[in-house]
Order: sequence, then C-alpha cells, then structure tokens
Amino acid sequence: MKRRIYGLETEYGIICTSSQQADKPMSIQSAVMYLFREIIHGRMYPDVFLENGARFYQDIGCHPEYATPECDSVIDLIAHDKAGERITERLLLSAERRMQNENVKGKMSIFKNNTDTPGNTYGCHENYLMDRRVSFRQLAAKLIPFFVTRQIFTGAGKVKPSNRGRYAISQRAEHIREEISIATTTARGIINTRDEPHADREKYRRLHVIVGDSNMSEYVNLLKVGTTDIVLRMIEANFITRQFALRNSVHAIQRISDDVTCTRTVELENGRRLSAVEMQLEYLDLARQYLEREGSDPTTDLVMKCWEHVLTCLQDDPEQLDRELDWVIKRRLIETYASSRNIGWDSPKITMLDYQYHNIRTDVGLYYKLEHDNLVERIITDAQIEHAMHHPPETTRAKFRGRFVKLANEKKIMCGVNWSYIQLYEPYQKLFLSTNPLQAEYEEASRMIYSI
Amino acid sequence: MASEKQKEQQEQQEQQEAPAQDHTDNVEPKDEVTKKGEEIKDNLDQLLDEIDEILEEDSEQFVENYIQRGGE
Repeated sequence: MKRRIYGLETEYGIICTSSQQADKPMSIQSAVMYLFREIIHGRMYPDVFLENGARFYQDIGCHPEYATPECDSVIDLIAHDKAGERITERLLLSAERRMQNENVKGKMSIFKNNTDTPGNTYGCHENYLMDRRVSFRQLAAKLIPFFVTRQIFTGAGKVKPSNRGRYAISQRAEHIREEISIATTTARGIINTRDEPHADREKYRRLHVIVGDSNMSEYVNLLKVGTTDIVLRMIEANFITRQFALRNSVHAIQRISDDVTCTRTVELENGRRLSAVEMQLEYLDLARQYLEREGSDPTTDLVMKCWEHVLTCLQDDPEQLDRELDWVIKRRLIETYASSRNIGWDSPKITMLDYQYHNIRTDVGLYYKLEHDNLVERIITDAQIEHAMHHPPETTRAKFRGRFVKLANEKKIMCGVNWSYIQLYEPYQKLFLSTNPLQAEYEEASRMIYSI
Repeated sequence: MASEKQKEQQEQQEQQEAPAQDHTDNVEPKDEVTKKGEEIKDNLDQLLDEIDEILEEDSEQFVENYIQRGGE
C-alpha cells in the first residue's frame, strides 16, 4: 500500500503508594477512577475519544490505555504516541491535586512498560492497515522471523531480579507462547489474528501486533513502525522470496532476548544458523533492493538510515547505541548507578530504577532526565508533541472525529463516537459512517459537525 | 503544525548535522574537550544523586506493591 494507516495502543502500569509506609497502596481501581474523573464528562464508563482523535479508556485489567488516532505518517504517529504520555501525565497531576483536596494521601506513578513485579504483562499493540489480498499464511511466514529478530533494536530491556539480576533485551519475549494466536491475555502469539479493520473489510485487513515492547525512545518508535511498514510493503508486493522460516520461533524469541551481546544464532528450517543481526541485515538488504525498484520518500530514507546504523553498531558492539535504543540506554544507566553505589543487580533498588526509567512524569522519569540532559536521540520536537495533544492528524479520518469531539465538548452535547462513526442523538438524530480511514474530508461529516 | 514535508526535511537536517558536530568536537582545543568532559561528568553525578533521591522511597516495598492485573 502506498499510504498506510498506523496506530499504537499503549497500556500503562499504575500504582498509588501511600506516604505512610505502613499503609497499603490505594487499589488500582480507585487510582484509575481518580485519573479518569476529569475527562469522562458524566459518562458511565471511562472510555472517551479526545479532540486529537485518540481514544483514552480503561482496559481489561484496569489499565489506563491510550490509542493514537489513525496516522498515515510514522512521524505523526511518534508525536501522537508521545502526546498520549503527556495527556496521561496531565491527568495524573490533576488527579493528585484532587486527592490532596479530598485529603486522600498518596503518590501516583504511571509507567510505560510491560511487566510488573510478579510477572503480569500488559502490552503496546501496533496496528497496520494492510491490503486484504495478501494471504494470511504468506504474511505470517514472512513476518514471524522479522518480529522474532527485530527486538534487538525495539526491546525496552528488563532486569530479571529472580534470575540474579540478569538482563533481558525484551520485556515481552518471555510472555510469547505461540507462533500464531487469537489470544491477547493467554497463549500470546508472535502474530495475533485479531482483524477488526474499522474499514472496508473487502479491501483492508488490520494487522494487530502484540509482540512488541512499549518504547520511551522516539528513535526506537521510528524504527519499530518504520521498518515493519517497509517489510509489509515488500510482502504486499510479493518481493520476499528468501526463506527465513525458523525451526522454533517461540524458542528463538526467548533465546535472542536473553543475549545482550546479540551474537547467539538461531536455527532456520532449512538448517542455516543466523544471529538476529544477520537476519535483520538480510531484511535490510532486501529493503534496499525493493526501494531502489519502487522508489522511496524522506521518511523511508530516514528509517533506512537509522536501521542500517543500529545494525552496524549491534554487529560491532551494542554498547555504542546508548543514545538510541531503550534497552541499551537503560542498561548503561543501571550499570553506571550500580557500580558507583556498589549495589548488586538483584537489589530491589535496581528493579525500582528499571521501573523509573519508564515513569511518564517528565520531571521524575529517568528517561526524561536523560532527555533533558541531551543524552538520548530525538526524532520530533516538544512543539510537535504539544500540537498532537490538541490536534488530530490532518490527512486521515481522525481529522473529522477530532473536530466533532472538540465541538461537542465545547457545546456540552452528548454524542456517540467510535473509530468508524460519529453520531448525534435527539434532537439531531444523525449518524455518519466512514469505511475509509485514509480519507480526511467528507462533506456529509462537515455538514453534520456544523449543524451542532 | 509544520507540514509533513517540512518536518521530514528538518529531521534529515538534524540527522546530517549530527555527524558534523562530532567532527568539530574532534578538532576542539584540548582544554575545551576537558571542560566538556567535566561538564558531562558533573551532569552524570547530578543524575546519580537524583536517582538516589528517587530510590530513597522504600524501594523494596514499592517493588513488592507494584502488581498489575494482566492487561490486553
């Protein structure tokens, strides 16, 4: 597909600790209620669409979840993903103020990570609109080896205290049990088969990817979505003919995650053995050939340049990527701290430090401390993030949804909104349905919006 | 909002500028390099102190209490 819709859904971890050490923390349910109170506008359920076209809601398991609006550029998507963090941060600060006013003691922390202490997991799901004509079997066969190996640059890193403080590249790898699965809460698969395109089903499939980690780094988000998009383009064009199928993908994803040197090899079905870096270099090589034939664009050029850069460094010495990749940045930070304070990696302080890297508060989170000191690579500006908090993308269906939500909120009109429709109740009684997320302007939608 | 094209140009520029900066770093007079090195070290020391503050909270209890229900 020439133009593709992308979306990211992020489930946040949340905890509200009391200032009195002996007290138990507030229940997650209560903390989430405080968080949502400001934006639910009298609705029964904590589930709202925002003026930037995004959806913010309480997910299964009581997580606050932010789903970006439909974006057709990876750069827009990175901005909207960060906008989700900032919106959540604002809600957190106002929830804490409200708690103070009501004399409820406690400090709320929200983490953009994927695991808690006992080992429950929550996800960051990527969504890609795809051409329906590609056979699912082909798609899975060509994508699985890519997803198994891309973690060497997309991983968010994780200290495993139970394993004498060993460090894994990916937070999600150890929760993957199947190659292909419909489940998201048990037996999670490398490829998830949920297919709700919120669009014309004849034309489009929605690829729902649950294998990835949540990322703090803008650079990683660019790579994660950008490289996946290029691989999808090659699959749609039937360009990949090399055999990458792995003998045991679930075993391989774990094996690669557990090796911070990125040198371990995994076995292919045809008997070849490749390291994750070598496999990714083969995909990169194919991508180069494909783009030479089909042409590129500035964002794709940027993705290709970053992809090549990280693979070259990973092959040489992963430690060089301590400005680019979450798992390397965090590991370096922990290493520096642990050795300067003489603490073992199995100490709870180190696990706490791991969590705090993912703290979304820009004045507390360790990722943001590094960003503030210009120690991490950036792709977008704070101004772009601020803009994305209040404005939908200009070129997708999210545009009319955002305008509709903004007006309805201003005029305090109850309305129905979903990914594919907007609805006005009595006395207007109107509904507008869109099955093409790539289209931003509809006369009928505009008429409906301005009738409010 | 800047158009997508502008943004992309901006990023490309930034990408191109990054290595150039490295280059100028290399030819800086030595005392400048030392100064910069000290600055980075000061920043790092400050960061480590800030981490101390964050970890002052009872880490053991915090970590123990950080329990989510599985999501998705």
